[in-house]
Amino acid sequence: MSRPSSMRTPLGRVRNLGSSHSGTTDFWRQRLTAVAMTLLIVPVIVIVLMLIGRNHAGAAQILGSIPIAIILVLFIIASAWHMKIGMQIIIEDYVHNETLKLVGVMANNFFCIAVALSSIYAILKLSSGV
Amino acid sequence: MAEFALPKNSKITGGKSWPKPAGATETREFRVYRWNPDDGKNPSIDTYHVDINDCGPMVLDGLIWIKNHIDPTLTFRRSCREGVCGSCAMNIDGQNTLACTKSMHDVASGGAVKVNPLPHQPVVKDLVPDLTNFYAQYASIEPWLKTTTPTPQKEWKQSHEDREKLDGLYECILCACCSTSCPSYWWNSERFLGPAALLQATRWVTDSRDEATGERLDNLEDPFRLYRCHTIMNCAKACPKGLNPSEAIAELKLKMVERQI
Repeated sequence: MSRPSSMRTPLGRVRNLGSSHSGTTDFWRQRLTAVAMTLLIVPVIVIVLMLIGRNHAGAAQILGSIPIAIILVLFIIASAWHMKIGMQIIIEDYVHNETLKLVGVMANNFFCIAVALSSIYAILKLSSGV
Repeated sequence: MAEFALPKNSKITGGKSWPKPAGATETREFRVYRWNPDDGKNPSIDTYHVDINDCGPMVLDGLIWIKNHIDPTLTFRRSCREGVCGSCAMNIDGQNTLACTKSMHDVASGGAVKVNPLPHQPVVKDLVPDLTNFYAQYASIEPWLKTTTPTPQKEWKQSHEDREKLDGLYECILCACCSTSCPSYWWNSERFLGPAALLQATRWVTDSRDEATGERLDNLEDPFRLYRCHTIMNCAKACPKGLNPSEAIAELKLKMVERQI
């Protein structure tokens, strides 16, 4: 830690812009998605094992089952959300340049949303037999 | 980015090796961090030999012996020498602890006693860290009883059960061993309040006599002030009083969720 160069008082620096009154939602969602993934991981592994070696038609047939498609979609929502929160925490921990941090958080959001939507689209497409 | 390496002017270079005390039959080697703000030089590690037959058993006794017998310029804080004041907190053998309650014999058998200032804080001189930010963070949690109800004629009453809830919280002596052992605090000490201040915050949030619980939680609810804690638990390992700041912080997070759901 370097010595602060500002002439603000130490308490003024600590209080800074005040509390953002946020963070609890992300904290709770991180736990919620973790529990969801714990519950979903076994069926997801089973589904992936069932898919191994199948061709497009075979995969479409398995994913045509509504419960299987829903399990996969739920797993993707939970994992993408968890990934987004986790990566944001890492960026906030280590990236201290404000511009770089904003760009990083934004890119992380875009990436996670893109991954989630692409995966869900693929499942729905296969599921509907297209 | 977070600072992973020491700045150029903080890199440790060389150091003086002081001769063994004449006539001493049994000595213990001390390697102590030295830095003088006035000479413009980089920090160094000086080597001393303490006559353990002429000295108390604790690391602080060794440091005082060095100051009295070898090098009066060695600078460190100390006061109560019995683990109550928290002044002599320093990094001994890689672990933040109090020099007055850490026995030389508990330091890796036979090896040198390595003494450094508390990590990741600006150094004032030698083993004295600048804890201005740490104390300001403590002040920011407003560590006093806050009430709206008019003060009673006698004392504010508290049941035995409610008083017991403060056990494990009120004993903190603010030595800063926990906060300066926390990687989250190293990377974000300007914004993360750190385990010591948060343990104290829990102490006041838990106090049944306090009427500002909600305001206190409002003040803490922030991705940086509170949620930088990732339950690394270095704080609990470092605390020389055997407290568990990590558990106290978990209490705070639980209360945050409780008031939302």
